[in-house]
Amino acid sequence: MGDLTVNIHNLKLKNPVLTASGTFGYGLEYDDFIDVSRLGGIVVKGTTIHPRQGNEYPRMAETASGMLNSVGLQNKGAKYFATDIYPKLLKYDTNILVNVSGSTIEEYIACAEIINELDHIPGIELNISCPNVKEGGMAFGTSCASIDAVVSAVRKVYHKTMVVKLSPNVTDIGELARAAEASGADSLSLINTLMAMAIDAERRKPILATITGGLSGPAVKPIALRQVWEVSKSVKVPIIGMGGIMNATDAIEFFLAGASAIQVGTANYLDPMITIKIIDGIDDYLNRHKFSSIHDIIGGLQL
Amino acid sequence: MRKTVQNLKVIANLRLNDDHHILRLQSADKLEQIHPGQFANLLVANSSTVFLRRPFSIYSVDYTLNTISVYIKIIGEGTRALSKAVVGSEIDTMFPLGNKFTLPTEKEKVLLVGGGSGVASLMSLAQSLHAKSNEVAILIGARSSKDLVELDEFSKFGTVYTTTEDGTQGVKGYVTNHPVLDLELSAFQRVYSCGPEPMMKAVAKKAKEKSIFCELSLENTMACGFGVCLCCITKTIDGHKCVCTEGPVFNINILKWEI
Ligand SMILES: Cc1cc2nc3c(=O)[nH]c(=O)nc-3n(C[C@H](O)[C@H](O)[C@H](O)COP(=O)(O)OP(=O)(O)OC[C@H]3O[C@@H](n4cnc5c(N)ncnc54)[C@H](O)[C@@H]3O)c2cc1C
Ligand SMILES: Cc1cc2nc3c(=O)[nH]c(=O)nc-3n(C[C@H](O)[C@H](O)[C@H](O)COP(=O)(O)O)c2cc1C
Ligand code: FES
Repeated sequence: MGDLTVNIHNLKLKNPVLTASGTFGYGLEYDDFIDVSRLGGIVVKGTTIHPRQGNEYPRMAETASGMLNSVGLQNKGAKYFATDIYPKLLKYDTNILVNVSGSTIEEYIACAEIINELDHIPGIELNISCPNVKEGGMAFGTSCASIDAVVSAVRKVYHKTMVVKLSPNVTDIGELARAAEASGADSLSLINTLMAMAIDAERRKPILATITGGLSGPAVKPIALRQVWEVSKSVKVPIIGMGGIMNATDAIEFFLAGASAIQVGTANYLDPMITIKIIDGIDDYLNRHKFSSIHDIIGGLQL
Repeated sequence: MRKTVQNLKVIANLRLNDDHHILRLQSADKLEQIHPGQFANLLVANSSTVFLRRPFSIYSVDYTLNTISVYIKIIGEGTRALSKAVVGSEIDTMFPLGNKFTLPTEKEKVLLVGGGSGVASLMSLAQSLHAKSNEVAILIGARSSKDLVELDEFSKFGTVYTTTEDGTQGVKGYVTNHPVLDLELSAFQRVYSCGPEPMMKAVAKKAKEKSIFCELSLENTMACGFGVCLCCITKTIDGHKCVCTEGPVFNINILKWEI
């Protein structure tokens, strides 16, 4: 058994496998399938200060090796999370991060303040990369100035581990990653979904009610790997990689590209037990290659 | 029973006609109770085009053989691949998912209205209602007589009525043209329906006019099937609800449908 433990700032992960926001609910939905406490961490659904109904239906389109979604941050708000969901999560022995989003900087701050009060939430993932909301979301994540504005503002009120989730819908991700790091991010996670579109030729209509949506799944993996690689060369803070990870080999590729931990997203829909299989598969890989620790492969790409 | 993901063994693949198949799938484990209205999410293995699982109502359950059946109407790649499942092979299946139809607590006269692949969710319902001695009528609408399948099976559990758009069997027209959904509707205490949305809307309208209890089983685009992606919402008086976990069965009084 190799050493799978990694640290992301102050978070001690028993293994480098987390779940991606919006694909794992609050973890509770997975109790029938797996022991959630075996995970390195879970990132719960995108949470905003005010309740949000999300976008119109249809919100999903299957595409080649992936899917588009336009959920639009449907959630019952940070207060509901704190009073109704949080107590149910105390049974888990894992790191629970809340994915924090907002339409304005004030909303990000207000949401982060509420989450800051919750003792058993050791960190947040600041979502400045949601492509499915009209205001805020990704708009914050696509320029250095707006990244600096939102990340430094939240940094002032949030005192635990702050991961900033980057958007892939940018021209120079390395530059934006440096901006997030300079503004106080303890770690960077990437990628969020790619802005994309699906059309029904017969009906001559877009498939999603919102016309465009976010692409996830194996189709995005090569782009995600390239961006994780670029960001790993640009910053010193640890990186959490994701995008199309379907199995342990995919996960290993992200470690080699420079990620210290990974998140599993869309794959959870197909196989709710996949995270456990990935943890076991990473361990197998380490044993097979005679590595004693996951750290032996992080950034270990042979050039 | 709680949700599981299992490799179920295909023990029968019945071809009903060109585009309708019934797969009988066997679990190695003892099946616990599965309710009428619940569904299963089947993985289409080794397909280069089908990525997500495909949802199908649980058509029937056999607790002695530990089998569930699904009724598959071929409409695209996923359903086509599943319709070719070979006996003895395995299908990775997530089940049972979703809520359930509400059954009457006392004997009632009930009407089931189905169309297209929607009839699939009504078979186990008809069986349960019949087993509890309710008086069951089943109205099935189709485009043409060749699309009407499994009528003998339905007739074991109640009186079967049919409509076809081309008039090749039963009353000519839509289900709403049939007297049981029209002049005779007041005789029923409950209506359940599953089928194309325009059909369900028409059924809901009739039931609402006469204030008859009415539940519908909805379809939606689903990525997960167990409440985590929030892709499958429908509008209700209590806001957006997930069709896969808070449905697929909804009472018409909570749906925000213009009927
Ligand atoms: C809860 C639930 C229960 C279901 N139960 C059954 C069942 O018992 N038997 C059965 O045969 N089918 C059932 N369906 C529908 C079935 O899941 C779809 O027909 C199937 O997913 C289509 O897959 P495909 O790959 O063959 O077609 P695709 O390639 O995915 O689709 C082919 C075409 O049909 C359209 N389409 C896809 N799904 C639907 C849909 N649900 N309604 C209308 N148009 C659609 C697509 O937009 C596309 O144009 C159910 C669906 C849900 C949500
Ligand atoms: C249906 C759906 C909902 C999502 N919701 C969120 C969200 O609320 N916040 C967020 O930061 N990312 C969200 N994501 C993005 C994922 O967390 C992840 O970044 C992306 O899907 C890429 O990983 P994958 O290819 O493994 O799914 C969502 C993705 C999907 C498919
Ligand atoms: S299909 Fe994912 S929540 Fe219903």
